[in-house]
Amino acid sequence: MSARRIVPLALLVLALIYPVLTMESAVYQRMGALVLLAAIGASAWNIVGGYAGQVSVGHAVFFGIGAYSSVVAFVHLGLPPIAGAPLGMAISVGLAALIGVPTLRLSGHYFSMATIAVGELVRVLASTSDFLGGAQGLGGPPMPRTVLDLSFLSAMPYYYIFLVVLAGILGLTWWIERGRMGFYLRAIKDSERAARSLGVSAGRYKLYAYMLSGAFTSVAGSLYLCMFGFIDPESGFGILISVKMVVMAALGGAGQLFGPLVGALILVPLEELSNSYLGGQGAGITYVVYGAIIVIIARFLPSGLLSLFERKPVVAQPEAAKPANPASGHAD
Amino acid sequence: MSMTLVQVVIGGLLLGAVYALFSSGLTLIWGMMNVVNFAHGDFVMLGMYTAVVIWTSLGGGPWASVPAAAIVIATLGVISYFFLVRHIMKGPMLAQILGTFGLALFLRYGALWAFGANFKSLPDNLVGHSFVLGGIRFEGSRVLAAVVGLGVTFALHLILTRTQIGSRMLAVSENATAAQLMGIRPQRMQALAWAMAGAATGIAGALIALFLPISPTAGETLAIVAFVTVSLGGFGSVTGALVAGLLIGVVESLTAYLVGPIYKEVIVYTLFVLVLWFRPQGLMGKA
Repeated sequence: MSARRIVPLALLVLALIYPVLTMESAVYQRMGALVLLAAIGASAWNIVGGYAGQVSVGHAVFFGIGAYSSVVAFVHLGLPPIAGAPLGMAISVGLAALIGVPTLRLSGHYFSMATIAVGELVRVLASTSDFLGGAQGLGGPPMPRTVLDLSFLSAMPYYYIFLVVLAGILGLTWWIERGRMGFYLRAIKDSERAARSLGVSAGRYKLYAYMLSGAFTSVAGSLYLCMFGFIDPESGFGILISVKMVVMAALGGAGQLFGPLVGALILVPLEELSNSYLGGQGAGITYVVYGAIIVIIARFLPSGLLSLFERKPVVAQPEAAKPANPASGHAD
Repeated sequence: MSMTLVQVVIGGLLLGAVYALFSSGLTLIWGMMNVVNFAHGDFVMLGMYTAVVIWTSLGGGPWASVPAAAIVIATLGVISYFFLVRHIMKGPMLAQILGTFGLALFLRYGALWAFGANFKSLPDNLVGHSFVLGGIRFEGSRVLAAVVGLGVTFALHLILTRTQIGSRMLAVSENATAAQLMGIRPQRMQALAWAMAGAATGIAGALIALFLPISPTAGETLAIVAFVTVSLGGFGSVTGALVAGLLIGVVESLTAYLVGPIYKEVIVYTLFVLVLWFRPQGLMGKA
């Protein structure tokens, strides 16, 4: 019992003092910030993809909207980039409603395909738009004017900003998980028909989850822009951005509070390492490895790594005995 | 002016016949197993590269590359079925989507690693030059692709609707357990479906390679074209895929001609979203 309290506390303290421990190495500080940023995006995806079980493969749309809203706030209005974040969230919520209302009624595959198509559509549109800088993209403030521009040389300030935002998202997810909506979403994921028959308005709750998820993903995009100071259609709306969110959540455990963070802790250092050792040619191999990881998770570990540490609930006993039941034992 | 328009429409129909062919592979799997192969576009892409390899290493033209691509991609389909799809079919929705999606990434970036990012193309003279008929110019490679595409799609349709094998596959898709009780082996039929879909997809890839630039990411756009075609034509319907494929080919060509080449993708994606929105069962599908 005591170990169950000490371990999380120790991990929290470690997260808080990590930048101080890595004061010597800019590379490790930067990696810490990148892990948190990736975890923000993946945790946002987790709300709709993990908890509600609606697998969006086009979350880059919201990420790109956040990033572009921020850069537009700077380029066209002269505001600090982060001032574009609320705009990005608003547009994301609206777009999520627009995509979600028709497609969430359909079975899971349709929703996934629709999210891919919308993602590609927005990417092509962005690269033809002069307002958004076309295929070249747009840059944020070259020199920080005030601290509000959130433009720092060191990765440490970003680390703490990202940590606060991640804590906020995880806190909200935890609150949802324990509340009425969390129960509804899990019921929908297990069996939408059963959930509906018990009076859960499945469509509405899936849509809420999607809109909330989109809004937070947009925040990740805005934060990305503040740190990197530049966005183009590929780094904002590219399908790989969406893929990374899905893979991180699925590797750690989709529908688990800390699943996306665990996935980010593994995959971000992996990607940084392969990029730095293999250089430009490494990018391709990184995604071959990503693809292989995804296939292996889907095939052998669909509930993610965290499920390995899960203690089997007592209710699972009759489930385990199920194969003995002749009615369901000879499925194939 | 109007002659040019006729030219554009005919070009669209020729392209659409190939779209119909590779979309019928997707619709077959989907209709039979309720599994969406998100790696479908990358199967087409590998069919294209098979044609490149045949041409560069053996100097063979379409008569060698088309059958080779059919065999290679059919094998890939059967392997994917036995090692991946068979297992994830029973899993949660997340595993189903992730499984073939991971396969897509693996194949796409594996091809990038193996063949490089540069665009490749087959030489024009593999098929022969263009000819003029009734004032309309035809390119040999596109005509060949369309004729073979239509022929294979029609053959697939006949196999599914007129033969005993087709009836068995239909039986498995309707109720695998009942089919098994009638002495049909569901897994064998499903593997066969993957082989047939793979062969059709491979043939389509080798044909497309005759006139479209070949790159590792070519599958990304083609996958969406296939999704649009299948959802427009109705799931599991090869005839639906044929009509929708021709329609999309024409729409794409007209958009490229009237609005601009960049917008041909925009219009296809928009069409897809509109179909999902207003008529998710497809134009010819049952509700």
